[in-house]
Amino acid sequence: MSTGEKFTQMVIAVAVFFAVVALILLLTQRLRSRRGELVQSAAFVLPAILLIAVGLLYPALTSIYQSFKDNTGSEFVGLENYQTIFTDSDQVRVLLNTAAWVILVPLVSTLVGLVYAVLVDRSRFEKVAKALIFLPMAISLVGASIIWKFVYDYRDSSKQQIGLANELLNLVGIDSYRFLLTEPWNTVFLIIILIWVQAGFAMTILSASIKAIPEDIIEAARLDGVGGMKMFRHITIPSIRPSLIVVLTTISITTLKAFDIVRTTTGGNFDTSVLAYQFYVEYFRSYDQGMATAIAVLIFVLVMPIVIYNVRQMRKLEAR
Amino acid sequence: MTVIPEEKGVEAIVAQESVAATAKRGLSSPWASLAAVVIAVLWTIPTFGLLVTSFRPESDITSSGWWTFLTDPSFTLDNYDEVLNGSTTNLATYFINSIVITIPSVLIPISIATMAAYAFAWMKFPGRDFLFVAIFALQIVPIQVTMIPLLKLYVQPPFDLMPLAGSDAPGGGFYTIWLSHAIFALPLAIYLLHNFMSQIPGELIESARVDGAGHVQIFTKIMLPLMAPAIAAFGIFQFLWVWNDLLVALVFGSSENAPLTARLAELSGTRGQDWYLLSAGAFVSLVVPLIVFLALQRYFVRGLLAGSVKG
Repeated sequence: MSTGEKFTQMVIAVAVFFAVVALILLLTQRLRSRRGELVQSAAFVLPAILLIAVGLLYPALTSIYQSFKDNTGSEFVGLENYQTIFTDSDQVRVLLNTAAWVILVPLVSTLVGLVYAVLVDRSRFEKVAKALIFLPMAISLVGASIIWKFVYDYRDSSKQQIGLANELLNLVGIDSYRFLLTEPWNTVFLIIILIWVQAGFAMTILSASIKAIPEDIIEAARLDGVGGMKMFRHITIPSIRPSLIVVLTTISITTLKAFDIVRTTTGGNFDTSVLAYQFYVEYFRSYDQGMATAIAVLIFVLVMPIVIYNVRQMRKLEAR
Repeated sequence: MTVIPEEKGVEAIVAQESVAATAKRGLSSPWASLAAVVIAVLWTIPTFGLLVTSFRPESDITSSGWWTFLTDPSFTLDNYDEVLNGSTTNLATYFINSIVITIPSVLIPISIATMAAYAFAWMKFPGRDFLFVAIFALQIVPIQVTMIPLLKLYVQPPFDLMPLAGSDAPGGGFYTIWLSHAIFALPLAIYLLHNFMSQIPGELIESARVDGAGHVQIFTKIMLPLMAPAIAAFGIFQFLWVWNDLLVALVFGSSENAPLTARLAELSGTRGQDWYLLSAGAFVSLVVPLIVFLALQRYFVRGLLAGSVKG
């Protein structure tokens, strides 16, 4: 397809879509009776309901069903796929890696975000300082992976380094290190990439939360002679606790589903695979539909309690 | 609805002493400043290094670190020329694909979601609350769970409908990607826009109805202008999400309509040591989201504070 054809397709799709929407609005505009209003509501709500039912609900239920079937989806195998996930040594490695990601990424990014938010709060360069940390949020995980792969680039110690990390190691007299290849620490170096991306999100939410702490609480504490670290521990942290939990849970959910970093940096080799990437591998490389859907359902099961907790916290925040 | 009061947004500089300021003083200022500078440098240097690299000649990139650029500068645009127009990389084509994928994938779900959100907030119909809660609950479904059956629906739809995927797919196979992005965006979009809409005072709607306006007029004449900031906030999110997406493009796209991210990920695998290509390629893919982000940061932050973080 040429560039022109692609743009034509795009314009057609958008034009047809808006024409249909406009037609719906025009046709239902004049309806005023009770029945008419019902038709009107249907026109407003049905497109969304249909898309969600066909594109989300039906496929999700089908996936759960197929996770109990074999690789081609023809015979029932019971819990065999799930058993493989929890017993096969490669799959267990994947589970352990995923656990490392889900523990480290939320904790470290939140910590960095919080510390940074406090440090730059009301400084002269606050706006710029925040933008610097925040920028990685706008970058794709593929882009972030390439940026960091370059930092981790390996060359023998005898040669001139082009990766910053090994240059620094060489400077202090340590031999070059294969950051992406050496197990088990390579997983940690991949995790750093996602921390780098997510810290900006944590900082933004927490910074706004810190600024929203009522002035009289701080004043009262200060009159009581509370200051410095004590103020931070006993006033700041409790006041922003709900936001902290929202940040931690949101980043956990993102982490569980992120597969781009592993795919771009190591391709899941050298024991770095995680669940979200394994899902992709099982279906598109091993053509094992049963395993792929089982892994997807496992991600679902892991995400569910976090989301429910997250939503509850958000509700609490809103209620205040 | 907002997690944090908006008027005290990130940029807001309030002229009172805050907890943070007190805490900072407690941490003794020089150390605090040093720590802040260290974090800022750590977060900036990796990107800066690759940016510098993308402007260095190929021979320099492979023979010396980018930091030598500061003492021994050399500058070229050859890498960008090669990566955009070179026959092996040809990123210009994929750049077009990214644009063609992104625009409908942002416009379509937002329009559908705005209408649905209006209906959920201000129209009365049977099953309204149940449907809204159901949509809200479906937010927790990770897209991985839906992908394989959805792909099969595209390839072999029931009732002899036209397949949307495959070799002779309509519209160059873009429809599957547009549709998938639209579907995945809907639950969160409806939920957020509904929250914004229900904050609009009911008297406004009531008085318009008393004056004889129907729902369609209220929606187009009153709601849409009032909702513009919220729609913009979600629009930016959806834009960044679609532009930066890899998974949906890999699963539902083909090599014909792959976006920049997919092509870049492939280059990283096949030409992992050709940093003159990867560095320039990365920045070709970064430049659009960075511009959008910097230009519309205010909306972005507002959306973030309103909870529009896609899982």
